[in-house]
Amino acid sequence: MNNKLQKQLLKRSKAAKLERLGKTVSFLALMLITVTVFAIIIFVASKGLATFFSNRVNIIDFLTGKDWNPNVTNSKGQPEVGALPMISGSFVVTILSALLATPFAIGTAIFMNEISPHRGAKLLQPVIELLVGIPSVVYGFIGLTVVVPAIRSIFGGSGFGILAGTFVLFVMILPTVTSMSVDALRSVPRYYREAALALGATQWQTIYKVVLRAATPGMLTAVVFGMARAFGEALAVQMVIGNAALLPTNLVSPASTLTSVLTTGIGNTVMGSLQNNALWSLALVLLMMSLIFNLVIRMIGRKGAMSK
Amino acid sequence: MNSKVSNQIAIATLYVIASTIVVILAALLGYIIISGLPALSWHFLTSPAKAFTAGGGIGIQLFNSFYLLILTMIISFPIALGAGIYLNEYAKQNWLTSLVRTAIEILSSLPSVVVGLFGFLVFVVQFGFGFSILSGAFALTFFNLPLLTRSIEEALAAVPDEQREGGLALGLSKWETVLHIIVPAALPTILTGVILSAGRIFGEAAALIFTAGQSAPALNFTDWNPFNISSPLNPMRPAETLAVHIWKINSEGIMPDAKAISSGASAVLVISVLGFNLLARFVGHRLFKRLTAG
Repeated sequence: MNNKLQKQLLKRSKAAKLERLGKTVSFLALMLITVTVFAIIIFVASKGLATFFSNRVNIIDFLTGKDWNPNVTNSKGQPEVGALPMISGSFVVTILSALLATPFAIGTAIFMNEISPHRGAKLLQPVIELLVGIPSVVYGFIGLTVVVPAIRSIFGGSGFGILAGTFVLFVMILPTVTSMSVDALRSVPRYYREAALALGATQWQTIYKVVLRAATPGMLTAVVFGMARAFGEALAVQMVIGNAALLPTNLVSPASTLTSVLTTGIGNTVMGSLQNNALWSLALVLLMMSLIFNLVIRMIGRKGAMSK
Repeated sequence: MNSKVSNQIAIATLYVIASTIVVILAALLGYIIISGLPALSWHFLTSPAKAFTAGGGIGIQLFNSFYLLILTMIISFPIALGAGIYLNEYAKQNWLTSLVRTAIEILSSLPSVVVGLFGFLVFVVQFGFGFSILSGAFALTFFNLPLLTRSIEEALAAVPDEQREGGLALGLSKWETVLHIIVPAALPTILTGVILSAGRIFGEAAALIFTAGQSAPALNFTDWNPFNISSPLNPMRPAETLAVHIWKINSEGIMPDAKAISSGASAVLVISVLGFNLLARFVGHRLFKRLTAG
C-alpha cells in the first residue's frame, strides 16, 4: 500500500508530462527559426566569400572596381568583377526614393493624426493598408507601362534607369513609411499637445516644436525601415532600371542594382563557377547591408528610449 | 512672419501633401483595376498560358498560387504558433530570448531575394527537390515565419492575465491553460494575422523565381493523385505563380498580348489582396463577436 502510494507520488503525472512535451515542442519551433537565420547568414557568407578565397579576387578590387564582366579577365589576369556599379546603383535609388518619400509620408502622417484625425484618417487608413499589401511585381509592371514611357517622352532615351527605379520605389515605400510614422505620432502622449496649446502655441507650432520632436526616433525608424525595404526590393526595380552594369552617370540611362543583377544572373551561371560565386558575393553585400539597417534601427530605438 | 500666418501656410501645405498622396494612390489603384478589368473573363482565369500566341490565360498560375499558399501555411503555421507560444508564455528575460528576438527581426528584414537564394541553395540543389512547389513552400515559410510569429505573439500577449490565473487556479497545467484558454481567446486576432500574411505570400515573387521555378507545365485537372507528375496536387512539379508570371512575361515574354495579360493578372493579384484584407477584418470581427458572446 505504502509502496504503491510512493510510486504514484514520485511518478510524473500525465499533465506534467504533457506540460514538458508542449514546452519542448514550442521551444524547438522557436529554435528552428533561430537556427535558420544563422544558417542563411553562414550559407550566403560561405558562398559569397568563395570569390575572395578560392578565386583569389581582391576584396578591395571587388568593392571599388568599375567593370562588371565576370567572363572576361583583365590585364592583370584577374576576372573583371567590380561591383561598384551595382552597389552605387542600389544606394542611389534607395537614397533618392527615401528623400522623395520622407516629406510626403511624414506630411501625410501629420495630416492623418493631427489635422484631420477623423475624416482624413478614415479615408486614408484603409487605402494605405491596402497599398502596403500590393505585390511588388504589380508596382514594377505599372512602372514599366506608365513611368518608363513618361520618362522616355520627357527626357528622351530609353526611359529605363535610376529615375524610373526611384519613382517605383518611392510609391512602394510610401505606404510603409506613412503607416509607421502614424504609429510614431500616435504614441506621443496627448498631454504634450494640450500643454503646448495651453501655452498659446498655434497648431503648427505645437506640431513642429513638440509633437515632431517627441516622435523623431519613431519617424527615423520608419524612414530607415523604408530604406531597407527599397534596398532589398528586387523585381520591381529590375523591371524598370534597364539592367546595364554600368556606373550610373545620369538618372535616365540604364543602370543596375545588386538585386537586379542577382535576379537576372543566378539562373544563367553554373554553380561553383567564378561567375556564380561573384553573384553570391553580391548577395553577401546585400545581406550585410540588411544587417546594418537592422543595427541602425536598433540604435535609433535605444537612443529614443534614453531621452525619455 | 506672424505665427498665425505661418500656421495657416503650414496647414495648407499639409493639406496639399495629403491630397497629392490621395491622388497618387487613387490613380494607382484606379489604373490597376481599370486597365485590368477588360482582360478578365472566365476563359482568362481558367485557361493555361500560351507562350507565343495571344489568347492565353492564367489558370494554372492562379491554381499554383493558391496551392503554394496553402502548403506554406500548413508548414509555417504550426512552427509560428509554437514559437509564438514559447516567446509569450514561457520565455524568460535572458540572453537567449534576446538573441532569438534579434534573429527573428533579422529574418523579417532580409531581402526576399536572399531568402529565395538560400532556398535555392538548400532545397533545390542540396536536398535535390529541384524547382518545385515544395522548395517554394519552404522558401516562403522562411519569408513568412517572422511576421506570423510576431503577430501570434502579439495576439497571445493581448489576452489578459486574469485568464491565465483562472486556468491555473482551476488546477490546469500551464500548457493546458495555454492550449485550452489562451489560444482560443486569441484565435480571432491570430486568424486576422494569418490572413494578412496570406496576402503577402500570395503576391511574393522574388523568393520564388529560383525555388518554385518559372515554368508552369500543363496540368491534368481530373487527376488528383499527388504522385502523378501531371496532377495539380503533385508537390514536386515546377510551379510558376501569378506574381512570377507577371514578372516573367514582362522581362522575357514574347506573346503579343503580354501587356493585356499582365494588366489582367495584376488586377487579379490586387483584388485578391483586397479580398484578403476584407476577409481579415470580417473574420476578426465576426469570430470575436461569436466567441465573446458580445
